[in-house]
Amino acid sequence: MNISNIIDQQTLDALIKFGINVLIIILKIAVVLGIGLLHVAYATYFERKVIGHMQVRLGPMRVGPHGLLQPIADGLKLFFKEDIIPEKADKPVFYLGPVIFMAAAMVNLSVIPFSSHFVIANINVGLLFIFAMAGMGVYGIFISGWASNSKYAFIGGLRSSAQVISYEIAMGLSLVGVMIMTGSLNLTDIVKAQEESIYGMFAIPQIVGFVVFTIAAVAETNRTPFDMPEAESELVAGYFTEYSGFRFALFFLGEYIAMFIMASMATVCFLGGWTLPWYIKVIPFINYVPGIVWFLMKVYAFIFFYYWIRATVPRYRYDQLMGIGWKILIPVALANILITGLVKILL
Amino acid sequence: MIQREAEKIFETRELNVNMGPQHPATHGVLRLVLDIDGETIVKVTPYVGYLHRGIEKLGESLSYFQALPLTDRMDYVSAMSNNIGYCVAVEKLFGIEAPERAKFIRTIVGEMSRIANHLLWLATHALDIGAMTVFLYCFREREWILDLYEMICGARLTVTYPRIGGVKNDVPQEFLDSLWKFTEEFPSRILEYETLIDQNRIWLLRTKGIGVISAEEAVSWGMTGPTLRGSGVPYDIRKHMPYDAYDRVEFDVPIGTEGDTYDRYRCRMLEMRQSNKIIRQCIEKLPPGPVMADEPKFTLQPKDMMMPITHPTKEMAYFIEEKACKGCGMCLRACPAKAIFGEKKKPHKIDQALCLQCATCFVTCKFKAMKIIPGGKGLSDEKLAELATAPVPEEITKAAEYLVRQFDFVKKGPRAPEGELYVATEVPKGELGFYFVSDGSGKPYRMRLRAPSFIHAGCLPRLCVGHLVADVIAAIGTIDIVLGECDR
Repeated sequence: MNISNIIDQQTLDALIKFGINVLIIILKIAVVLGIGLLHVAYATYFERKVIGHMQVRLGPMRVGPHGLLQPIADGLKLFFKEDIIPEKADKPVFYLGPVIFMAAAMVNLSVIPFSSHFVIANINVGLLFIFAMAGMGVYGIFISGWASNSKYAFIGGLRSSAQVISYEIAMGLSLVGVMIMTGSLNLTDIVKAQEESIYGMFAIPQIVGFVVFTIAAVAETNRTPFDMPEAESELVAGYFTEYSGFRFALFFLGEYIAMFIMASMATVCFLGGWTLPWYIKVIPFINYVPGIVWFLMKVYAFIFFYYWIRATVPRYRYDQLMGIGWKILIPVALANILITGLVKILL
Repeated sequence: MIQREAEKIFETRELNVNMGPQHPATHGVLRLVLDIDGETIVKVTPYVGYLHRGIEKLGESLSYFQALPLTDRMDYVSAMSNNIGYCVAVEKLFGIEAPERAKFIRTIVGEMSRIANHLLWLATHALDIGAMTVFLYCFREREWILDLYEMICGARLTVTYPRIGGVKNDVPQEFLDSLWKFTEEFPSRILEYETLIDQNRIWLLRTKGIGVISAEEAVSWGMTGPTLRGSGVPYDIRKHMPYDAYDRVEFDVPIGTEGDTYDRYRCRMLEMRQSNKIIRQCIEKLPPGPVMADEPKFTLQPKDMMMPITHPTKEMAYFIEEKACKGCGMCLRACPAKAIFGEKKKPHKIDQALCLQCATCFVTCKFKAMKIIPGGKGLSDEKLAELATAPVPEEITKAAEYLVRQFDFVKKGPRAPEGELYVATEVPKGELGFYFVSDGSGKPYRMRLRAPSFIHAGCLPRLCVGHLVADVIAAIGTIDIVLGECDR
């Protein structure tokens, strides 16, 4: 029996086209996930090396040449470690916490435009989607802090929720300036608007927004000097004190992917994504370099900045951190929106 | 109004958090039970004793020499200072004095230990507050000091280098050269740490106005050392009751004004510079001479006096004179090689093939029946009996007598005069006091330590209440606590 007897040629073509599209998307997801996980592995290596050299030591050196296989050894170790669950933990929720945390971070990778045609889902509310998912991550932190049935984890979870919620406001407001200048929430459009603008990247006209975003991004990902939720000297390990083995690794993965997302956001919204400003493009032959190279370079420069901060500054206290968020960053971001809006109307 | 209604329905109470004894920031095994209202501390109860090893009690059953290594294990971060404190106290009890050179050497190593201690304090204090890099920078220099320790005594942490009546051995010239190089380099290294934190906004926010204690209160809480000086009290035992060579060097006692964590931090930073200055002066003024007091009743003498016996020029034999031997069996039991045989109440004999020539029997024999015959190795018993009638050479008798005394001395310990005595020294953490009650035997009747860490741990509730959880960590850091010393 011939297949064309059942469905006509037109439908078949459409189906094949649909199938190919699905295949391409799956392929893209596989590539992005693969790169994402590899990134996490080597971001830890990069971090340890960078901080090591900043602190007059070498960082990992033993596993493989210059410790290059260290992340793999770490992953293996975490995988084979005993999975300890506290007796009095709320078990279903305890299992769910790290999954939510990591899934919320990973799903953001789908809307990040790595290059002009390389984005899994080119949706019109990309920026909003990332905010929403970053907000979801807090649930992971909070319920794992709650379910652990440990006081340190509980305090860590509380701190983290308060911190992420307050810094999300500052971060959202800092990006409003970019939205006003672009007139779109689509991340690809934001990059294109930067390429067409006279500045080449929004970090120049939106310098205030960029600074606010950078600070808020550090707080959002719970890193030094805002690493209150997991402040090791106070709360042992904060919300994941009771987690071990691969559940702990999921938090780790989530944190590093969140860092990658924040760095990508900075790159896309302020540093021109995969494009180069016109005043750099005048350098001969530079156009032959594929856009993804510029994208990754900008992302890793931003991640390097994260590491640099970590090696340099002490940790804020909880109330000081909240003070900075509410009393400085949010008013500054609001003023930035006002000025950007006024300029947009007047010009 | 609504709140009052809510209070009727819900019962609210403080969260009770157990911080320690296993916690990354309690500097060992300090346990704090915190009652927190949100993030605010309502009540702090420190619990100590998790590292209790009974050093005070052990001191009562050990001779004055044997108790010295215990003091290493108290404040293991600055073992030298503890050793010096103990030695100074015991010397005063014995009524002896170390030679000049030893005093200067002790001042040098004491100040090195102060620098090493403050470096570790700064490293951990900064790490607790979140500045991670300072930690490794400090350890770089601490490592240098530990290497220098290794040059003079072979140990890095539990040194036992200062001894009662002096120091164990003289310092080599290369040690002084390296130390001089260290003192030249070190001030610039302090500046390096300060660039990271001294004017850092976050550091100032975390330390200024935290754990404030006024001068009067600090004195009445019994604080000493930099913890007290941060409140503006210029009390330093090195200045007011000088021991060792502190009265012959010039140095300032840095004090703070506010009595907060930042002032105590500044005090310690300045103290490191002063210590550096003291070390330089001591190296310049280091006099020649012996390093151990010539007090045979109280101090162990150099080992070269025993050389004729322990390292003889002519191989010798040990022989028991039949007439003198009463057959008491003391030597028989004491001989490690089981080379002596014989029946009770009859003269014993030595099996020359088994004899190790360790002189144990010579020391043990109460009837002077044991003879040492130089060049007697391999001779027959008859020949030895013939030679035994000749007097033993004087140097060997002297060495043997010395050996006997040393043996007795090490076994029973020097006998201290009766009495009570309290001697305090300025260790990096504060005033370390030793209180001895001596009943005239070779062991103290009671040894009591005034450990600054213990007293400072008691001040923690005063410093923490009303602050936030994160400030507890800053407070633990600022009093510079080591639980080995606190629990003893």
